Amino acid sequence: MLTRRIIACLDVRDGKVVKGVRFRDHVVVGEIVELARYYRDAGADELVFYDIAASPEGRCVDRAWVDRVASVLDIPFCVAGGIRNVADARAVLHAGADKISINSPALERPDLIDELADAFGVQCVVVGIDSLRDADGRWRVRQYGGDPDKTRALSRHTLEWIEEVQHRGAGEIVLNCMAADGTRMGFDIEQLARAREVCQVPLIASGGAGESRHFLDAFAQADVDGALAASIFHSGAIAIGDLKHWLAGNGVVVRQ
Amino acid sequence: MARVVLVDAGGANIGSMRHALRRLGADASLASDAEEIRAATHVILPGVGAAAPGMRRLRESGLIGVVRGLTQPVLGVCLGMQLLFEYSEEGDTKCLDVLPGRLCRFDDTAVRVPHMGWNALRMERSSSLFSGIPAGAYAYFVHSYAAPVGACTLASCDYGGAFSAAVRRENFNGVQFHPERSADVGARLLANFLAL
Repeated sequence: MLTRRIIACLDVRDGKVVKGVRFRDHVVVGEIVELARYYRDAGADELVFYDIAASPEGRCVDRAWVDRVASVLDIPFCVAGGIRNVADARAVLHAGADKISINSPALERPDLIDELADAFGVQCVVVGIDSLRDADGRWRVRQYGGDPDKTRALSRHTLEWIEEVQHRGAGEIVLNCMAADGTRMGFDIEQLARAREVCQVPLIASGGAGESRHFLDAFAQADVDGALAASIFHSGAIAIGDLKHWLAGNGVVVRQ
Repeated sequence: MARVVLVDAGGANIGSMRHALRRLGADASLASDAEEIRAATHVILPGVGAAAPGMRRLRESGLIGVVRGLTQPVLGVCLGMQLLFEYSEEGDTKCLDVLPGRLCRFDDTAVRVPHMGWNALRMERSSSLFSGIPAGAYAYFVHSYAAPVGACTLASCDYGGAFSAAVRRENFNGVQFHPERSADVGARLLANFLAL
């Protein structure tokens, strides 16, 4: 049976892993390769590296560290950050990444999703979506969510965007619920469950994990395929091995 | 000493496979030259992407007859395994036809496609390729098309029904999962292959 995935997210800035609360006040937490190896040994099913400054600065992810990570890591990893054409994606995939995740560039030019899916297959193409509920009660997409000074509210509705990106060739969707992100109050189950209704490809929950029960809620109530977290893993508040053991005891199929 | 070549037909996962082999002490070279491929002790056919462009690249490199004629151990990985079969529904593609069977797309009304993540292996026959790997071990899969379980299946996996996770016929081996991304299980499988 396919297991539910626990994904550790490492935000990268200037070649170092950083963390932030509500996307602000980033502080360095460690070396990329050391942390990659640490999370692999801890039992993470997958790692995601977000070069959080790449898109706002209008550049592609730095492939030097992708190559270093690939040389030590034997679990899948995904790279995100400013990938805006097939050539950028090819460089990152050839450096050893398994998947590339695009967010702001897909909003700038949605055809990019089709082009990447045609070039590499949908299984390599992850679309990240930063989403926030507006005063009218509807969720809308945010652009440049990695940089609070540049974040832009778009008129695009999150659920419609989820449908469109699948149609274009997204093989997986990471839904980052910005209101929950960094709060440690739990994933946004309501939004994730609504997203699940329209998402036929793997859906990954992102934003808000604070304790083991939150992961169980996301799997059991929103039926997500994976759940992603950063700060609670970096701080040691939750050990991935303990989390998976607890989830297994509560009926979630996980790799142990 | 194993002389490993990775058939370079433009697939995207060559970097990670090379790293995985290097961690096992094997320095694999990339080869698109027929003589270099024939001279290797072990040949790996990697691949990420779609079947039709995968076959087209092999054809344009003049490698279809070369791969079919190999007598040393061959390991197809993911798309590389799929190309060993007769035919793939993906792009209505005639494949290398060294293994019997046809690749079909997962039924997306029954399961989410692609099949992406860690899934358990069920051993169908004992094989040196799986020496030291316990039944129920998890491997990492990413694919939308799968081969049915048949006479050449070594291990199967369940995703809305059983499909071939690993196959073997004579010197041709294939794994649908990514050993280079399957942690200790994958490293053991690659080491077993290099020991063939």
